[in-house]
Amino acid sequence: MERFTLSLPSAPCARADAAAALCGVVSSGNLEILVDRGSMADRCDIEVNTSAHGFRETWEAVLSDAVARHAAGGLALAINDAGATPAVVSLRLDQALEALEDRA
Amino acid sequence: MSRLQRHSWFEADARARIAGLVDANSFRELCGPHERLTSPHLAVLDLPVAFDDGVVVGEATLDGRPVLVGAQQGEFNGGAVGEIHGAKLRGLFERARRTRPAAVLLAIDSGGVRLHEANAGLIAISELMRALLAARADGIPVYGLIGGSCGAFGGMGIVARLCDALVMSEEGRLGLSGPEVIETVKGVDEFDSKDRALVWRVTGGKLRRSLGDATMLVDDDIAAFRDAARSLLARPVPARDLAALDADQRALTQRAARHADARDGLDIWRALGLPEPALIPMLDAADFNRLLAPLSPTEAA
Amino acid sequence: MNALLDRLFPTGHTVAFDGHNLSGHAASAAGRVHVIGTRDRAALTTDMALKLSQAVLDAVRADQASGDPRPIVFIASTQGQALSRHEELLGLNGYFAHMARCVDLARRSGHRLVTLIHGEAVSGGFLAFGLLADRICALPEAQVKVMDLRAMARVTKIAPERLEALAQTSPVFAPGADNYARMGAIHALWSDTDDWPQALRQAIDEAGGEDRRAELGRERGGRTLAQPVAERVAGVPLGA
Repeated sequence: MERFTLSLPSAPCARADAAAALCGVVSSGNLEILVDRGSMADRCDIEVNTSAHGFRETWEAVLSDAVARHAAGGLALAINDAGATPAVVSLRLDQALEALEDRA
Repeated sequence: MSRLQRHSWFEADARARIAGLVDANSFRELCGPHERLTSPHLAVLDLPVAFDDGVVVGEATLDGRPVLVGAQQGEFNGGAVGEIHGAKLRGLFERARRTRPAAVLLAIDSGGVRLHEANAGLIAISELMRALLAARADGIPVYGLIGGSCGAFGGMGIVARLCDALVMSEEGRLGLSGPEVIETVKGVDEFDSKDRALVWRVTGGKLRRSLGDATMLVDDDIAAFRDAARSLLARPVPARDLAALDADQRALTQRAARHADARDGLDIWRALGLPEPALIPMLDAADFNRLLAPLSPTEAA
Repeated sequence: MNALLDRLFPTGHTVAFDGHNLSGHAASAAGRVHVIGTRDRAALTTDMALKLSQAVLDAVRADQASGDPRPIVFIASTQGQALSRHEELLGLNGYFAHMARCVDLARRSGHRLVTLIHGEAVSGGFLAFGLLADRICALPEAQVKVMDLRAMARVTKIAPERLEALAQTSPVFAPGADNYARMGAIHALWSDTDDWPQALRQAIDEAGGEDRRAELGRERGGRTLAQPVAERVAGVPLGA
């Protein structure tokens, strides 16, 4: 497994204080994303635990893109990944972050 | 099929199954993913972990009555039971003894012991069995639901049959050793695991309902599982005294004698006198239940 | 097997064999006991499960009449469940569940339950029978496992050398009665030099009550998470 953490700038999420969500299941080619309250209102803290080694740059691109498209400031995302493709990761991130925006 | 839209139990994950099974928004998870109780044994092997260790447990209501619910995540390591996964299920039954819900509902989807933590998994299932039996002895009914891709095998196949009643879909499977294991050890002539139709005729919901292992057969539809659970909740709790176990002993002895030469579900259906056994796998739940109705198979526990 | 029974019950027993099944009575330091079990590393079938269940039900019935539930000594010697399409079709899992219910009924009827592992105790055949007793003791050379490491390596796709190495440091994978003892599932490991009748008496004296194996596993350091996690779901420890 490869592990790394990131902190990326993102617009503040209105629901950050009450953030709690889980999206996806850890199975081959899939991942789960746990959403919790983060540490800074204008940044999104992300922790990735992936079975695919050597793809950190791809992860950073996909994650940066997602937190730019959504208001993810004030959130902490924790990801358990079992080899999902960038497209699947992107889809799950949208699902997890939209779920919070829908409730705002 | 009167429903406009079916939501497949088979395709749903554990959380979606629970959401569709109990009263809307009534579910409150215990030891949920935010507690991050992940398996250190998988981490040591450098394998992916899950924040809920592949099982969701908690409290809810069904028709307004309090129930405890557990659902296994078949997609995570085949729903297999490790130390934490098993402890969550055991804890659920210990909670039941304290809070006395109307029932414990168990959505099983598991191949049994998680081999990556083999010993801990085996012991965890043993502890789960004792906790389930203790809750039963305290008068709390336990109802199992099987309709996921992993079915209920290994130790979880035993746990399934400790429940007071079982709801299955044809897609759900129930057994002890999986076809692949039997094929690997005994050869393809004993059990061809690639023959999907045969696998279902030996382990599938209709066969299990025909023998009385399953109490109800429903279509692969979350609402149908929910309706079945509601009807079970309205039943009196079956006795578990010496007389009841004597009756089970007789029924199981009779079953083994009656089907001594059976090697395929077709043999069982023939022996039960059902018309056109070869067509049975194609029937939907309503037609199959109508076919079975005159028989009322002995419910061997 | 006879040598084992003679050493366990020097003042006499009436244990009879029926294929791989055994049942009967014995005089022990704790008084008269029922003896029920399997021998020769049997692969458990529906037929054997029915005989075991019947023996347990008969013991419960007999002592219900006398009002004095005697201890039951289970002898576990099994390589696991029989692998057969016919047995699966019959619902071997349900026959095992019935066996487990009978054992549980005996416990609730006041019988103290002690299991002695002789030779080998594996997976399914052990789970629904011997592993459900109040006290579990392993005789010398007893092997306990879910699956051997080579088969486990094949199923999990982890190199056997790697599993072997991990087994040195973690009782979680490796076969062996000592690992099960560290994890709290075996209460005592008997040695060849022990006084077995005395050890059996002690096991019978300590038998009964709630399932405390997870606490024992935590105390012995072999299984540290099972108990705290179960307690968190349960809300409070039972009996607190």
